[in-house]
Amino acid sequence: MFEIRITETSEIFSCTSGQTVLEGMVRLGRRGIPVGCRGGACGVCKVEVVSGCFDRKVMSRSHVSEHDESEGRVLACRISPVSDLELRVVGGMRKSVLGQCSAKGC
Amino acid sequence: MAMTGVLRPGHAQLRVLDLEEGVHHYRDVLGMVETGRDAQGRVYFKCWDERDHSSLILRQADSAGIDFFAFKVLDEVTLTGLEKKLNDYGVKTERIPAGELLETGERVRFQIPTGHQIELYATKTAVGNGLQVQNPAPWTKASENGIAPVRLDHCLLYGPKVAAVQKLFTEVLGFYLVERVLGPDGEGNAAIWLSCSHKVHDIAFVEHAEPGKLHHLSFLLESWEEVLRAGDIMSMNNVPIDIGPTRHGITRGCTIYAWDPSGNRFETFMGGYQPYPDYEATTWTFEGLGAGGGLDYPQRKLHETFLTVVS
Repeated sequence: MFEIRITETSEIFSCTSGQTVLEGMVRLGRRGIPVGCRGGACGVCKVEVVSGCFDRKVMSRSHVSEHDESEGRVLACRISPVSDLELRVVGGMRKSVLGQCSAKGC
Repeated sequence: MAMTGVLRPGHAQLRVLDLEEGVHHYRDVLGMVETGRDAQGRVYFKCWDERDHSSLILRQADSAGIDFFAFKVLDEVTLTGLEKKLNDYGVKTERIPAGELLETGERVRFQIPTGHQIELYATKTAVGNGLQVQNPAPWTKASENGIAPVRLDHCLLYGPKVAAVQKLFTEVLGFYLVERVLGPDGEGNAAIWLSCSHKVHDIAFVEHAEPGKLHHLSFLLESWEEVLRAGDIMSMNNVPIDIGPTRHGITRGCTIYAWDPSGNRFETFMGGYQPYPDYEATTWTFEGLGAGGGLDYPQRKLHETFLTVVS
């Protein structure tokens, strides 16, 4: 069992190495990281791992470039902790264009 | 009524991050029938009751999403005619050779203003549903494997310039508008549902800044019980569910949205109604999408993922 700490909110939740970080958070009914497709495609759960080690599954290159990965920016739905982790939330529910749509645009 | 021109959604090619995880999902959980694999490594599927060789093709790639969505048209003469209409309208088309997709004839491919690749084709091998006998049974064992939808029904695509796409589909391809959601200021259409048939929609679009995005591929079930059973099967297989089981006010479909292992959303639904081209389109206000029950009629809620989670 490892501890996952979210920098912005100082929230902490436990997660086993058998779950992804996002799964661990959702199963405990906790919040802090936005929950999207949970499969690596949509990018809303993007986090920057500030410290700690993790295993990773394949994630969509449209949201995580190789540069991102090398700097610890990954999708929380695709990583499992191998140690305690501290992370910052980078992704989020982007404002939909409809909320900013003008008469001309739509 | 006569069905001519564009008949129905034909096939979709989907990008998955892990091919065998994707195959397990679409073959064993969704319950499609695997019909082939090609030299490029793509895997082909059809729904149990579909007649043609394939309606879904999976390609492993480093990003998820949709490569192209195709419609079957009546015959090769119709295909050539629509190609000319597109060209006259100013849309560049290319012909993909027969056989590039297994068991499929030439495809006319073009890009639409929302950034998606659309294809039209006339020929695909009819492999049947296993009931091409005299005095057939009403179903086969394949109809009980996994969720087992009867067909690929439609897709919902996200991208910019939906107004231009509506014009293209209605003025050139012969579709008609069945339902629409107005923009937030009451102007223009933020979302449209278009039909080339007696169905509530064969394709739909939502206005969205990023081009070329997939909201969902949709698969038809035949009863509310089957939709509830689909929800059970998803949960048994740890398939993450987005919304449902519930009913959309828009189209009246009773539905579950969920995601495949690569984060591509799919829908299993039943119901709708049977519009004709002479019907007045149904209008929803932007607020009606949420509070009016457009997306989720029982919950009266605009689930945040609807406008923000796409592949």
